[in-house]
Amino acid sequence: MHSEGSISIWFFIGISLLGNGLLIFAAGLYQISHPPAEPVVLFNLHANVWWGAALAIWGAVYCYFFRPGRASS
Amino acid sequence: MMATFLVVPQRLVHLSTVDSIIIVFYFALVLAIGFYLKRQSNTSEDYFLAGREMTAWIAGLSFLSANLGALELMGWAGASYQYGILAAHWYWIGAIPAMLFLGLVMMPFYYISKTHSVPGYLQLRYGEPSRALSAISFAFMTVLMSGINMYSMALVMKVVLGWDIGFSIWVSSITVAIYVTLGGLRSAIFNEVLQFILIWAGALLIPILGLIEAGGWSNLKLQIAHNASAEYTHLWSNLGSFNSNPMGIHWTGIVFGLGAMLSFGYWTTDFLVVQRVLSAKDLRAAKMAPVIGAGFKMLVPFIVILPGLIGIAVLPMKLMGEGAAVATGGHSYNEVLPLLLARYCGPGLLGLGITALLAGFMSGMAGNVSAFSTVWTYDIYAAFLHKKSTDQQLVTMGRWSTVIGVLISVGTAYLVMQFLSIMDYVQALFSFFIAPLYGTVLIGMLWKRATSAGGFWGLLAGTVSSIGMYAWVKMDPSALRYVALSPYAKDMAENMYRALWSSLLCIAVTIVVSLMTAPKPESELKGLVYGATDIPSESATALYLRPSFWAAVVAIGLVILNILFW
Repeated sequence: MHSEGSISIWFFIGISLLGNGLLIFAAGLYQISHPPAEPVVLFNLHANVWWGAALAIWGAVYCYFFRPGRASS
Repeated sequence: MMATFLVVPQRLVHLSTVDSIIIVFYFALVLAIGFYLKRQSNTSEDYFLAGREMTAWIAGLSFLSANLGALELMGWAGASYQYGILAAHWYWIGAIPAMLFLGLVMMPFYYISKTHSVPGYLQLRYGEPSRALSAISFAFMTVLMSGINMYSMALVMKVVLGWDIGFSIWVSSITVAIYVTLGGLRSAIFNEVLQFILIWAGALLIPILGLIEAGGWSNLKLQIAHNASAEYTHLWSNLGSFNSNPMGIHWTGIVFGLGAMLSFGYWTTDFLVVQRVLSAKDLRAAKMAPVIGAGFKMLVPFIVILPGLIGIAVLPMKLMGEGAAVATGGHSYNEVLPLLLARYCGPGLLGLGITALLAGFMSGMAGNVSAFSTVWTYDIYAAFLHKKSTDQQLVTMGRWSTVIGVLISVGTAYLVMQFLSIMDYVQALFSFFIAPLYGTVLIGMLWKRATSAGGFWGLLAGTVSSIGMYAWVKMDPSALRYVALSPYAKDMAENMYRALWSSLLCIAVTIVVSLMTAPKPESELKGLVYGATDIPSESATALYLRPSFWAAVVAIGLVILNILFW
């Protein structure tokens, strides 16, 4: 939904994904440099780094395409 | 930051600072959405039906999301740990056909009649007595269920995070009250779509990492066969008799009780979900929304059922029922999802997973109170208490009833805390109304001869018979062999058969009473009944834009999945 002059719901979702993605990505990088004493299973895959990056990119794309003032649906 | 407010005894997971920031970020965002949308909720159409301007995608995701609460996620993950892949029936045959039927067959009547609610449709089709029966039962059952869900979720937060129960109840209910009161259905829908995305972002990693750890699907099946039974990975092949599968159910119960009655009752007449589709911007979007919802519903087992199966294979401990877990200090079936979260998710990912659960919980509550507010305002207040309400008075009543709905929910949550058995009774009460209502609405839409008296007495007979069967089994457990056709039937199987019998009785009584009473003139049935309503044809629309085309695609996907996991 994106009626005239209003902010699209997808923009809010973009903000959420971008914010969460950056936080998770940063936490993942920190864990690489400071490995935890009790790592999670499959820690070696560094899921929070690539999952955080994927969410941040997805969120950034949504923020760009559904930014306020840009005609879209 | 948030963690400093919390009482933390024993808990499954420990949140880091970044996890807490992610949770606080979510609360800030939903409140910001509520305040932003306040200026777009001035008329009753805006407040109760989101201005009827939602696209098929928004309405469809919201339609699905209203059902995809946190308890649903954890409960069904636990059920798949307990019963195996049989639990997927509730997502596939127990949902998809009903959702497609709603979109293609029933939605045109709901939408063209311009009703604000399902009880509103009953008023147009059958008159005030049917509306009153349906509205009063729905309104009160909805807020009571909301309170029960609130208590259950607060309990989960206590087990998983060590949060105080009162803290969880008040923080989540105040947040929901603020954003729904401000923005109405539009705000609820926005947050439901946000929740849908967060659930996938937070939960999809668990089956991916679980399959990697287990060594792929084939190895996972071998480990499940070793730790539990090979029967746990079959959908249909073990349903030939009641005692050859972990659920104690026969395929007739799944097909006719769940697939044909209970799921159709829930997905086509429960106003909580139907309200989302009524917000669609036009008839094509209204037909398409349930089809889109069905497509995604078909995928939900990959983030709910698959983790339960992964839990059987990889978790070092054996999970058990709630009672045994409390008695022995072990973990219950319902904890399988949080246990896997703790197993695979490090800082940040854990916060996102917990946020997904919180979001699911809050949007479920928002769905309940927004549906309650609409039914209370239109079908009880404006219909019986204040018939000459202005548009502004309806909006004001909508806002007040939202706040009151939340307060009743909180009260129910505290009541359940004192008297735990209330939970079972209210959940059973809710199920009494769903299956018969489907019979009444369906006959009303498809049979012109159905009369007002037929609809009312059919609905009443179906509901009373459902209550009667429940009470019969409660007083005399051996009656289970008659109600559920087997003494081995478990609770779920009993529910399936009770739904089947009460729906059939409702339909039979509606038909008999209708044939004995005078029908409505056809001019009064326009827009309400098949054969008396002009439904726009799809023939001029491109194939890829037709709801019927996409419904066929989803139906083929459903058949393939059932064959793959036969």
